[in-house]
Amino acid sequence: MGESARESMSPSVAPATDNRSETADDLLLPVPDDDGAPFWDFAARGELRVQTCSDCAEPRFPPRPCCPHCQSFDSHWQRMSGRGRIWSYVVAHPPLLPAYAAQAPYNAIIVELAEAPRIRLVGNLVASAGARLDSVDPARLRIGAPVKVAFHTTPGGVTVPRWLLERP
Amino acid sequence: MGATLKDATAIAGIGQTPFARQLPESEKTLACRAILAALDDAGIAPSEVDAFASYTMEETDEVEIAKAVGAGDVTHFSKVGYGGGGSCATVAHLAAAIATGQANVGVAWRSRKRGSGPRPWKNTRVQLPTPGQWTRPFGLLRPADEIGMLARRYMHEYGATRDHLFNVALACRNRANQNPAAMMYERPLTREMYMTARWISEPLCLFDNCLETDGALACVVVSAERARDCRHRPVYVHSAAQGLPAQHHGMVNYWNDDPLTGPAWTAARHLWKGADLGPQDVDVAQIYDAFTPLIPLSLEGYGFCGRGEGAAFTEGGALEIGGRLPLNTAGGGLSEAYVHGFNLITEGVKQLRGTSTAQVPDATTCLVTAGEGVPTSALLLRS
Repeated sequence: MGESARESMSPSVAPATDNRSETADDLLLPVPDDDGAPFWDFAARGELRVQTCSDCAEPRFPPRPCCPHCQSFDSHWQRMSGRGRIWSYVVAHPPLLPAYAAQAPYNAIIVELAEAPRIRLVGNLVASAGARLDSVDPARLRIGAPVKVAFHTTPGGVTVPRWLLERP
Repeated sequence: MGATLKDATAIAGIGQTPFARQLPESEKTLACRAILAALDDAGIAPSEVDAFASYTMEETDEVEIAKAVGAGDVTHFSKVGYGGGGSCATVAHLAAAIATGQANVGVAWRSRKRGSGPRPWKNTRVQLPTPGQWTRPFGLLRPADEIGMLARRYMHEYGATRDHLFNVALACRNRANQNPAAMMYERPLTREMYMTARWISEPLCLFDNCLETDGALACVVVSAERARDCRHRPVYVHSAAQGLPAQHHGMVNYWNDDPLTGPAWTAARHLWKGADLGPQDVDVAQIYDAFTPLIPLSLEGYGFCGRGEGAAFTEGGALEIGGRLPLNTAGGGLSEAYVHGFNLITEGVKQLRGTSTAQVPDATTCLVTAGEGVPTSALLLRS
C-alpha cells in the first residue's frame, strides 16, 4: 500500500529554489512543488504512484493539499500498475525551445491510467526508456493504444516516466 | 434581489491603435492612445474617469495610465486573471461597479506588444499559470500543444475534421479581407494554403493559430442613462458572466471527468440566466479564437448547438455573413489582431452601432466571449 505524503517528503529530485532551465540532455526538468514532489521521488525509484485520499480513497491528480471530495488532508501515494491507454496526442513542430526543436517533430501523449481513467498523465511515447522523443514513427500513434510506463533517468540524474507501446 | 446588471450599463466609447507585427511605441504609449481615443469616441473628458479594469497580464498599470491620461480620482480598479479569459470580465467588472454606484466612468484596456515582444512560453524561468511540472518536461510547451491535445480528442470523439477547423479559419480571414485595419486585410486564405501549411502541433497547423500582434484597445463603460447622452448609439451590457468550472485545470484540462466541457459551459449558464435572450436570438458572435478548435467547443458551450455538434455547425458557410451565426466579423484573433480578445469586444460594439466593415444587417444582439480553455468570461451586448 502507499505511504504517507509526509514521510516521502525526503529530498526532492530537484530543489525548489533551483529555477533550472535545461538539463544535461537539455530538456526541461520537472519543477516540483511541495504537493508534487513525492511523485518524482517515487519515479526515481521506478514506481508510478498517484496521490490518494486516505479517508475516501479517491485518487487525485495533480496532487494538492486536500481532497476535493471529502476535504481530508490525509493522503497516501497509491502504486499504479503503469499500464494505460493513449487518450490523445500531438506531434510538435518548431518553433520550440532549442533542445526540443532538435528532436522535433516529436510526440507528446496523454495516458489514461488503467486503474484510474480520469487520471491522465502527459508523457512521451518512445521506442525504449532512454530513446529520443522522436523514436516512434508518428504513424504508430493511435488513441486507445495500450501503453506501459518505463522510467528514464536523465544525465542530470532526474527520473521521468516515459511510455512504451504494449504491442510495439 | 439586489441590483441587476441587465442593461444597467453600456459601452459608450471604443478606441484602438493600428495593429502590426511591430509598432515603434511603448505599450504605455499605445495604451494611452487607445484610451484617449475611446474617451473621445464617447465624448467624455478624461478627468471624469473614475474606474479602470484590465488583465493581470497587462503590463501597464492604473497609476501610470491614470496620471498619463489625466483621469480624476479613481474609486474602482480591478484586474482579471487567466490571459485572454479575462477580456470580457474587464467590462463586466466595470459594469458591476457602475451599476452598484462604486464609479461612474470606467475604462477597460489592453495594450500588448506580443508581435515584437517575446513568446511567453519561451521563458523557462517562470512557471506559466499551468501545472508546468506535469507537462513541460514532456515537450508540451506552448498553448498550441495544450489545446492541440483537446482538439485531437475532440476530433476523435465527434468525427470533426481539419475541414471544420478550416471553416473557422476561413470565416475569420474572409472578414479580415473586408477590414482595412486587419493584419490579414490583403491576404486571402484558400483551402489549399490551409491543407499544405506547416504544422505547429499536429493536428493544428499555422492557420489554426492566432496572429502575433502589437496593438492596444480600450472601451468606456458608463450607466445606461449617461450613455444615451454620448456621441454614439449606446451598446448595452445586457448580461455578463465569468466561468471557472468545478475541477477545471486551465488549458491543460486533462484531469477531470469531461475535459471537453470547458469554462464556456459554466459562463454560458450564468450568462443566459441573466438575459432575456437565448442563443437563438444572437445576430452575430465574436468568439475567442486563439486557436480554431476553440470555436466548435464554444459553439457547444454557449448553446448554439448540441454536444459534439460544434464542428458540423461550421458547415455550409454558417459562420460567414448571411450564415446562421456570422463569426468574428473584423477577422478575430486569427486574422485581425491578437490582443487577448479585446478587439472582439470593440467589434461587437461596431456591429451594434452598424459601423462594422462586415456589417450584419440590422444586428441588435452580439455575443462576445473570452478565452475558452482557461477561466473565462462573456458579454451579451445589445443595441
